[in-house]
Amino acid sequence: MRFLVNSNHLLPERCLSGNSSRISQIPIIPQPLLNYKFPFNPKLQLLLAGKQILLDDIPFPFDEIQSHYENGYITYRKGIEYQGKLPVCVRCGNKDPQQFGSFMCARCGEQCLYCRHCIMMGRISECTPLIGWNGSEPVTEVPDKIMGWSGTLSKGQQEASDLVVEAILQNKEWLIWAVCGAGKTEVLFAGIEAALSAKKRICIATPRTDVVLELFPRLKAAFPAIDIAALYGGSEDRHVYAPLTIATTHQLLRFYHAFDAIILDEVDAFPYTVEESLQYAAIQARKPVSAMIYLTATPNQKWQRECRSGQRNFTTIPARFHRHSLPVPQFKWCGNWQKLLYKDKLPPNVIQWVKSRLDSGKQALLFFPHIPMMEKALAILRPLTPNIEAVHAEDPERKEKVQKMRSKELKLLLTTTILERGVTFPNIDVAVIGAEDIIFTESALVQIAGRAGRSKDYPDGVVTFFHYGKTEEMLKARRQILMMNREGFKVGLLDRESFKKEGRI
Amino acid sequence: MNNFQQERCLICGQFITAVVGWGWIFSMETEHVICEACEGKLERIEGETCKICGRSFEALANTFRIGEICNDCCRWEEDLQWQGLLEKNFSLFHYNDFLKEVIAKFKYRGDYILAKVFSDEIKSRLGNMEADLFIPIPLSEERLYERGFNQAEALLLEAGFAPVKMLTRVHSEKQSKKSRTERIHLPQVFQLIPAPQLQGRKVILVDDIYTTGSTLRHAAKLLKEAGAFSVNSLTIAR
Repeated sequence: MRFLVNSNHLLPERCLSGNSSRISQIPIIPQPLLNYKFPFNPKLQLLLAGKQILLDDIPFPFDEIQSHYENGYITYRKGIEYQGKLPVCVRCGNKDPQQFGSFMCARCGEQCLYCRHCIMMGRISECTPLIGWNGSEPVTEVPDKIMGWSGTLSKGQQEASDLVVEAILQNKEWLIWAVCGAGKTEVLFAGIEAALSAKKRICIATPRTDVVLELFPRLKAAFPAIDIAALYGGSEDRHVYAPLTIATTHQLLRFYHAFDAIILDEVDAFPYTVEESLQYAAIQARKPVSAMIYLTATPNQKWQRECRSGQRNFTTIPARFHRHSLPVPQFKWCGNWQKLLYKDKLPPNVIQWVKSRLDSGKQALLFFPHIPMMEKALAILRPLTPNIEAVHAEDPERKEKVQKMRSKELKLLLTTTILERGVTFPNIDVAVIGAEDIIFTESALVQIAGRAGRSKDYPDGVVTFFHYGKTEEMLKARRQILMMNREGFKVGLLDRESFKKEGRI
Repeated sequence: MNNFQQERCLICGQFITAVVGWGWIFSMETEHVICEACEGKLERIEGETCKICGRSFEALANTFRIGEICNDCCRWEEDLQWQGLLEKNFSLFHYNDFLKEVIAKFKYRGDYILAKVFSDEIKSRLGNMEADLFIPIPLSEERLYERGFNQAEALLLEAGFAPVKMLTRVHSEKQSKKSRTERIHLPQVFQLIPAPQLQGRKVILVDDIYTTGSTLRHAAKLLKEAGAFSVNSLTIAR
């Protein structure tokens, strides 16, 4: 669409004439002052507060939107901006010239540049305004009793929980570095309660839809009287205003200066470039003065350095809630396993490892760096047991296979890195075949090792990295796990026997 | 071609690994816009097809065909009102789940650039056909504003053909929400902008999907009545 620039506001122009412009070409977009006498529509307020959405997403007549703008309640922002000559998508932060396209646009009558990166949330082009809210925020009622959860926290959890409360109330940034299986979710409850009772709007963002779906009922149970919006691709709650929101990181793109506190889960789960755009989304979604809590089991090198040198506020939960130490990976050299696979063989020590699990009846998870090799290994191992499957990201039966593993129908599950995080099988051993592959970064290996020994009934698990030459990443992963165990023991979160047994391999 | 920046697949965004060899250096090999994996998921319509609508007979039971023509086309041809209007339709690919997604992203999400995915194929198909005018199936004004562009026109433009915008469309409910009978017994949804150059010309209609053939036949009817010599059509999917 095109706008005419008036002295103090924009006027939409539907029929194309010469002196109108597209919103991206208007140097400064005038924002009319808020007219307190204007009877604004509370439904628009609920829809738009803290948002940045497209006109097509707003089920109200355009005239009503325009009059809210003219009275200062609605903001129009550019969808595409230019940094010098380079276009930037204001919604998702995309700057890669290859990720833009252009077309002869029927809405503005010109060649119109659009962002391909976030197109699944509606097309942003040079003539697309982003619509936001400039009036007051909706008032939400807070019940007297906010939290319905009455569990107890371990000592490590309690410390972290107190710090989360403080960070949220004082608008700080804080990293919670909690080992796999530490019980991260419970650590958040007190912070969420404090935020809600201070009438703050809070959001938990996580990279994966599975986690949203898993967390939603737990939060609902913990905060029974609070409206909670669960947002993911295709969810019903898309335009629900709630004091507590749980969303995939991707969904944050629809928010602008919305939250007083954001809890960002598994910051390290994606490769850096993807992470960058998600970080952009999180920064857009938080208010200029707000709290940010990062949760992860495996911060990247840069963050670890910042933690060590005191540049980043952080707290560790170095031990699992069940007070047993983390299984420490053993390194086993297995020769040129790829060459053997081409001859339809597996290294003898790998076969041995698998056989001894089958004999003792303990389930095992085997990680492979690439799908074709995993398929070969599957064919080799199948004669040993019929209860074996292989799974990868695009496997249509992925869910079913993981379910079969849970119900113990399967003895062995071969997998790529997709099962490195998020899944819990109570009593398993874990092996990585080809741990030297570049796909197995420090954080991937720590997460993989973190699959074993998660249940308090079966706190032990064997973790073996079969390799053809140790890598720096493998050593770093083991060092990180040993460091956490030492720290956990030092601060009294581990039982002595457990530390003796595992901590010093 | 940009030699410094690796090209990304238009569909999945993965880098396209060009096979660099002497042939690559010395030949003017056409630029790849999609990766091999995505190319593999597009199923070309090959082998024996219906002589009218271009549907593949391969996966079709014999009971659904009568000689060289499929049952649906027979039903159209039995009706005097529709007989012989559409000479022949050519469709490039099977409308499988993958193509469904690509077309949905192209036309509903409005990712215009995806028109390039089909450019080479359209170029070679249309190049082999005798034609005077390429006419895209139009959108109503409302729908055009909503989408920002007409997908059929985009397909022609990106393949290097000049679309002749001779038809307009009256706004109505979305085609994809109607059943076959509803579609066939529809009143004429198209209108012709008076065009003297249509007399005795060979027309090719272009659209994204052939579903029942009703859209194309309604347009063909109008064009034939206005003096077109023949009407053929090309669609991406069938």
